[in-house]
Amino acid sequence: MSDPTPPPLLSVRNLRIEFPTRRGTLVAIDDVSFDIARGEVLGVVGESGAGKSLTGAAIIGLLEPPGRIAAGEILLHGDPIHRLRPDQMRHIRGRRIAMIFQDPLTSLNPLLTIGQQLGETILTHLDVDEDGARKRAIALLDEVGIPAPAERIDHYPHQFSGGMRQRVVIALALCAQPELIIADEPTTALDVSVQAQIITLLKRLCREHDTAVMLVTHDMGVIAETADRVAVMYAGRLAEIGPVRAVVQTPHHPYTRGLMGSIPVLGADIRRLVQIDGAMPRLNAIPPGCAFNPRCGAVFERCRSDRPDLLPAGATRAACWLFDAGHASEQTR
Amino acid sequence: MLAFIIRRLLQSVLVMLTVALVAFGLFRYIGDPINNMVGQEATLVEREQLRAQLGLNDPVPVQFARFVANAAQGQFGMSYRMARPVADVIFERLPATLELALISGIGALVVGIALGVYTALRRDGWLSQIIMSLSLIGVSLPTFLIGILLIYVFAVQLQVLPAFGRGEVVRLGWWSTGLLTESGLKSLIMPAITLGLYQLTLIMRLVRAEMLEVLRTDYIKFARARGLSDRSVHFRHALKNTLLPVITITGLQIGSIIAFAIITETVFQWPGVGLLFITAVQFVDVPVMAAYLVLIALIFVVINLIVDLLYFAVDPRLRVKRSGRGS
Ligand SMILES: Nc1ncnc2c1ncn2[C@@H]1O[C@H](COP(=O)(O)OP(=O)(O)OP(=O)(O)O)[C@@H](O)[C@H]1O
Ligand code: SF4
Ligand SMILES: [Mg+2]
Repeated sequence: MSDPTPPPLLSVRNLRIEFPTRRGTLVAIDDVSFDIARGEVLGVVGESGAGKSLTGAAIIGLLEPPGRIAAGEILLHGDPIHRLRPDQMRHIRGRRIAMIFQDPLTSLNPLLTIGQQLGETILTHLDVDEDGARKRAIALLDEVGIPAPAERIDHYPHQFSGGMRQRVVIALALCAQPELIIADEPTTALDVSVQAQIITLLKRLCREHDTAVMLVTHDMGVIAETADRVAVMYAGRLAEIGPVRAVVQTPHHPYTRGLMGSIPVLGADIRRLVQIDGAMPRLNAIPPGCAFNPRCGAVFERCRSDRPDLLPAGATRAACWLFDAGHASEQTR
Repeated sequence: MLAFIIRRLLQSVLVMLTVALVAFGLFRYIGDPINNMVGQEATLVEREQLRAQLGLNDPVPVQFARFVANAAQGQFGMSYRMARPVADVIFERLPATLELALISGIGALVVGIALGVYTALRRDGWLSQIIMSLSLIGVSLPTFLIGILLIYVFAVQLQVLPAFGRGEVVRLGWWSTGLLTESGLKSLIMPAITLGLYQLTLIMRLVRAEMLEVLRTDYIKFARARGLSDRSVHFRHALKNTLLPVITITGLQIGSIIAFAIITETVFQWPGVGLLFITAVQFVDVPVMAAYLVLIALIFVVINLIVDLLYFAVDPRLRVKRSGRGS
């Protein structure tokens, strides 16, 4: 803990998110910890319902009640931001942490021109006048590749195609030069033909502005091309986290190995997550011990009683008892 | 857009013609118009003469065409009971009804939207819960009962407001207004509340439901994620989208306020067209009934047209043609 190096850009420590319900408390995120460094792209993968979006929402302070952060902390440059008052959090949202949602068709207000939406965001965060805001908005539209931005700025969202709208959404996220962008499946709703363009754009802009990205996606191809590190989530927990090459080519956690399929070759044609037998448990039926144990081929005694922490496993860290020092020695004995 | 307006106008004409047909039917099938105009002692010859004179022997379509032509000029003949032109009688009474409907309509709209927005934003607050429970009463109590309760409390017990009538009125040209005198304003309070309460609760519940829906949309989440203030998110982004569907319902509600005014005007003896209509029904004063019917239909049609035009003004998706698409 007593680390002399400066704290990472974002640090999520032992995050726990609960939903109180009539039939007991559901734990949707359980003891999740990870860091994101300045300018780094962290890919986040996992089955539907694994908790990827919830983690993103918690970071930007937009968890919807009754969901709540029950334990753990979220630090921005070492300062806790998970307990800020709403008015303080507003200065972080959009200004230091921005968010991009899945569906560009519904992310923009249909009754306001894109210029109005860009303008209000710029005026909220930056010290410029109306004229300056408009100039900046046009420059942003130009930067995200909207042709004839000076004219298009006064158009309404419905006058743009899906791909163009996602470019506008990216411009909106970049308005105040945030340090981190949480992109929650930014291309899932788009035509396959424009998905690559949007990812390339996002990647280029973030590199140019030194912006870090938490990139949630189901597309392993995108992860392999874009991310620096990858976090694999399962049933509200981290299964494995590590550098992208290691996670994609030599995954250690049995779940990640299943995800990557049997051919762990970078750039091979496994673009979608491979299906694993069985289904992820519902939140009210997560088994004791390792959450993956009912589906795991390598399951043994201890997996059913004790929950594994992230343990060093080759170049990555995996939450699996196979990588416990005690287990290894047991095997050799 | 022009094509749309023309289509709407044609539809409106069709609606008006249908209503005119019903009104015309009243003349033909409720009582014998001749009986209503001449005394018992008129001879058969005299009756036949009058019949021919009034064109009652012409074929029905011709009579209907004549009725429509007259109605279009505001001519509905003479009131049987008052022996005065129906148009005069109606125009005399119209300001009272329009003022009552306007005030209670505006009140219902303003208060309804404000309470709807409040209860949506403070969904779990105790005040919202109370307002929601009270609104249930507002929806379920019949209008006349609310009127009678108000009269009992404020006119009989507390004696602060007049129980009936319109108070003193001031004439502005052909328009007579009660909005410029104290007694006129006082007289307006209870009828306006009685008439507007149902609409108020309806608008409030609609705005609340619509607002809750809008607050769940992605563009509201995205607006929040950009760090916009609550004020901007709620009133600049959410409210405008909420009001879009509210416009339609409100337009229809204003129409029904005028129609429902019959009950309120009866309870408070308000000298408007509603009361006129009720009396006309009692005395089988067919020309007045027919004129009232056509008038109400006209008001509905005009309001509907205004609502359609408002939609164009508010929603850019209808206004701007799709241009420059392409990824
Ligand atoms: N309001 C809520 N009440 C109860 N449970 C909820 C609520 N919102 C989300 N959850 C649960 O939290 C879990 C994580 O949801 P989350 O949206 O983060 O998944 P995800 O990984 O983003 O999935 P996807 O890939 O489908 O987007 C899910 O199991 C979901 O059922
Ligand atoms: S801890 Fe056990 S059950 Fe869980 S992934 Fe490792 S081997 Fe499988
Ligand atoms: Mg999600």
